Amino acid sequence: MSGRGLKQLSILTALVLLAGYLLVFFWVPMDALEGFRQKVFYLHVPLAIVALCGFVAGGVEGFRHLRTDDRRHDANSYVFIHISVVFGVATLITGMLWAKASWGHYWVWDEPTLVSFLIVFLLYCTYYPFRYAIEDRDRQARYASVFAITAGAFVPLNFMAVRMAQSLIHPRVFATSEGGLPGSMMFTFLVCLVGMALLWVTLVKLELLGKQTSGQVSKLRRALEAEGYGNDEPTGTVGRRIAPNLEAQ
Amino acid sequence: MKSARMTPFRQALGAIVLKDLRTELRTMRSLPAMVLFAVTTFVIFRFGLDRTALSGSLASGVIWTTLLFAAVLGINRIFLPEREEGGFDAFRLAPVDRPVLFVAKAAVLFLYLVVLEVVVVPVFAVFFLQEWSGLVPLVVILLATNLGFAALGTLISSMAVNSRARDLLVPLLLLPLVVPLMIAATGATSHLLDAGGPSYDKFGTWLLVLGLYDGIFCLVGYAVFEFLLED
Repeated sequence: MSGRGLKQLSILTALVLLAGYLLVFFWVPMDALEGFRQKVFYLHVPLAIVALCGFVAGGVEGFRHLRTDDRRHDANSYVFIHISVVFGVATLITGMLWAKASWGHYWVWDEPTLVSFLIVFLLYCTYYPFRYAIEDRDRQARYASVFAITAGAFVPLNFMAVRMAQSLIHPRVFATSEGGLPGSMMFTFLVCLVGMALLWVTLVKLELLGKQTSGQVSKLRRALEAEGYGNDEPTGTVGRRIAPNLEAQ
Repeated sequence: MKSARMTPFRQALGAIVLKDLRTELRTMRSLPAMVLFAVTTFVIFRFGLDRTALSGSLASGVIWTTLLFAAVLGINRIFLPEREEGGFDAFRLAPVDRPVLFVAKAAVLFLYLVVLEVVVVPVFAVFFLQEWSGLVPLVVILLATNLGFAALGTLISSMAVNSRARDLLVPLLLLPLVVPLMIAATGATSHLLDAGGPSYDKFGTWLLVLGLYDGIFCLVGYAVFEFLLED
């Protein structure tokens, strides 16, 4: 089901990302102040935006799971959060490299966006041990949805609180990064953002497909065992144990 | 489904809160431990920071860190009788709205925190503070933060209590969630505890942040709590 169109989607993603980063390296003008290292902006910022949107979308899927009691929404919520955490790691790493290059330090506590992102990331890291600690599958799905909703509501609030803490101590000019961008940079940035969002969707679909397939495999294996074939223990991974089960669909 | 025989919200709320307070008075399971923990932590801070008097942001950091970790102790145990002695099953059988339990437990936690602070904040003042006039406005910040702790703590505790790693999960889930509360609380408190007397710099803004945070997580907790009780 989610496998349909995956190939086309992957090709589209690769093309948009390639186009975006070709623009970054060969077309868009060098930043006057930062020069070449400013180009990490086109990687770092889209990663961060997509990860945060993915976290909030995971909360929305959690809400839909509680409303409909449909396990597919729980699986979506899990995969959304999972892929967004991966994007979060990439965001933190690219952010730290950029910070080292421009500010001279890997970590700068005065930068509200950096700190808020770290807090959100730490919160979502606890999603895995939390899921893992609940054995009953239904309860696990329900509790994970409650977590996803709570954390999804937390994301914007946290950004607000951290920004207030910083901007009040260090008054800064609130020029949004987009507002100050010249047209060519803005265009390139948007292409990169779209490409990154497509990458996220592709990975989500791939992961969901994997879950579905392994669900089907274990279903078939059990059917075989019931008929007396094969008695070897299925080699389980940690991922399979915490990941939502899609067998029912 | 509401029927005419449902116990009214307020009556159920009162019954659960009184039950919990009575249990706490008889067993003394949580509060003495929280108070003792907080006072001991002050002693550790005295040596850890190597300071005999505190003011400003250092004072606010010490008091809020201590209160937070003492609160975690209480939050860990808030649903313990429900789990160990079948209170959840009894509650599911009772003809009451599910969110009553959330409101009741949050109220109990709020009261625990108030009692904790009534004992511990004066001890802190005696130990470390030279200027006491900031303690009066601090009450407002304490109450506003308690409300956030109570709402989030009840939600997290009810999520963690039915898992295998209960004691581990409560701090793990709770600490990132209360970071914004701590930012606002310490931000306001550090000016209140300034060495030269309290200043109300950004007091209103921080109170607004606390209020907004409390409001949102009270609503979220109230709305999602019933899903945590289903079985």
